[in-house]
Amino acid sequence: MLRLLSFALLLATWWVAATIAGSAKLPPPSAVLAVAVAEAKSGALFLHLGATLARVALAFTLSMAIGSALGYWMGRSRLANRLGDPWLILLLNLPALVVIVLAYIWAGLTEVAAIAAIAINKLPTAVVTLREGARALDPSLDEMAKVFAFPRGRILRHVLLPQLAPYIAAAARSGLSLVWKIVLVAELLGRPNGIGFEIGVAFQLFDIPLLLAYSLSFAAVVLVIEAVLVQPFEQRASRWRLRAA
Amino acid sequence: MRLEVDIRSKSYTSANGKRQDVISGIAFTLERGELGVVVGPSGCGKSTMMRILAGLDNDYEGRVSQPEGARLAMVFQEPRLLPWRSVEENVRLAAPEVADDRLAAIFGVLELDAHRSHFPGELSLGLARRVALARAFAVEPDFLILDEPLASLDDALAARLRDEIATLVASRPMITLLVTHSMDDAARLGDRIFLLSSRPARLLRAMPISVPRGERSEETVAAIRADLARRDFSVS
Repeated sequence: MLRLLSFALLLATWWVAATIAGSAKLPPPSAVLAVAVAEAKSGALFLHLGATLARVALAFTLSMAIGSALGYWMGRSRLANRLGDPWLILLLNLPALVVIVLAYIWAGLTEVAAIAAIAINKLPTAVVTLREGARALDPSLDEMAKVFAFPRGRILRHVLLPQLAPYIAAAARSGLSLVWKIVLVAELLGRPNGIGFEIGVAFQLFDIPLLLAYSLSFAAVVLVIEAVLVQPFEQRASRWRLRAA
Repeated sequence: MRLEVDIRSKSYTSANGKRQDVISGIAFTLERGELGVVVGPSGCGKSTMMRILAGLDNDYEGRVSQPEGARLAMVFQEPRLLPWRSVEENVRLAAPEVADDRLAAIFGVLELDAHRSHFPGELSLGLARRVALARAFAVEPDFLILDEPLASLDDALAARLRDEIATLVASRPMITLLVTHSMDDAARLGDRIFLLSSRPARLLRAMPISVPRGERSEETVAAIRADLARRDFSVS
């Protein structure tokens, strides 16, 4: 209820601002909605949304899988940490734009280049978060699992993953928001479809309703995914904790 | 099947760079079906020794011959339960083959029936210790290590659990090693009692108890305790 009220307040503010600024600079919500509906009817909106979501899903999965494995390894092995740390710091501080441009130059304006560039951008934050998680693992539980001869799979599922779950959730949360941002840049620079491409078109035409229609549809999808996937996972992973007051 | 222990020395380097000797000579053997009790002053290196016997620490001089293919179970000083798994899951994860009626019997004895679906964070320390005991019992081990399992339990419960340990030991031909600083536990449970010196730990004396566990009267227990106290004044 409170959320709805807050959302209504946002819409009202937009409406008032649109009236003051004039519809050339900031179109009212109704105009944007009309464009969004038109784009949806023609199918273009879903095509571009679908292309962007597919890239996000691939790049996110790829970077989470590799980043978690690397981070766990660096947290557990001193040698791996020493070897990997300089690379990690380099990647962490490399601007997303540099990675994307270089990827397009080296691998061409291809899908592989785009997805790899997005994944590389997200990778180091996943590594850093999971490394902290691996360092915080409880050695006394490792010993318990060893004494009772837990097989590997059982250790992973019942001893390690529950301890790493908050870190994985944090990496997923921050990583997803990073990927949402970077995917549009990658599309703007070198893809013939996707939300980022459409935003580029709208920018060149100074078509603000089109720009807002695509941006907001995209934001809506992000919100839904957060609410439907990320938050329930976090809640399930922490259900054994006593509730904070 | 027997356990042969010969730890000549164990030391580690502490955080400030000093070498600390923890064990300076412990050798004994335990046969199948025997219950050895290790008694020694607090901080003498008993837990270090148990970690070596459990195969958790291989950085020592000497030799420990574990029984071949023996199933190991251990009750640690702290319960060491998985906080994100329920009581029942904690036990079943360690002992996947345990039969339902066997598990029910163990939970019944330890009065854990009402807590099966609770998470360890919801239990008192005494209850969590009982879960750790249930886990070790459910494994049906060949070699059981109990590192002060009765500490911080009230006297009545400790006495009952002591009887349960005795029953379990009698029910299976296994090697059991109990660490305690309670002379009473040692006198009531032990087939052989090993007295350790203060740190670095040395085996002062291995005391066989001739009267079988089930036939010890209060007088016998008192006599053993008196004997223990006479042998070593440094142990309270």
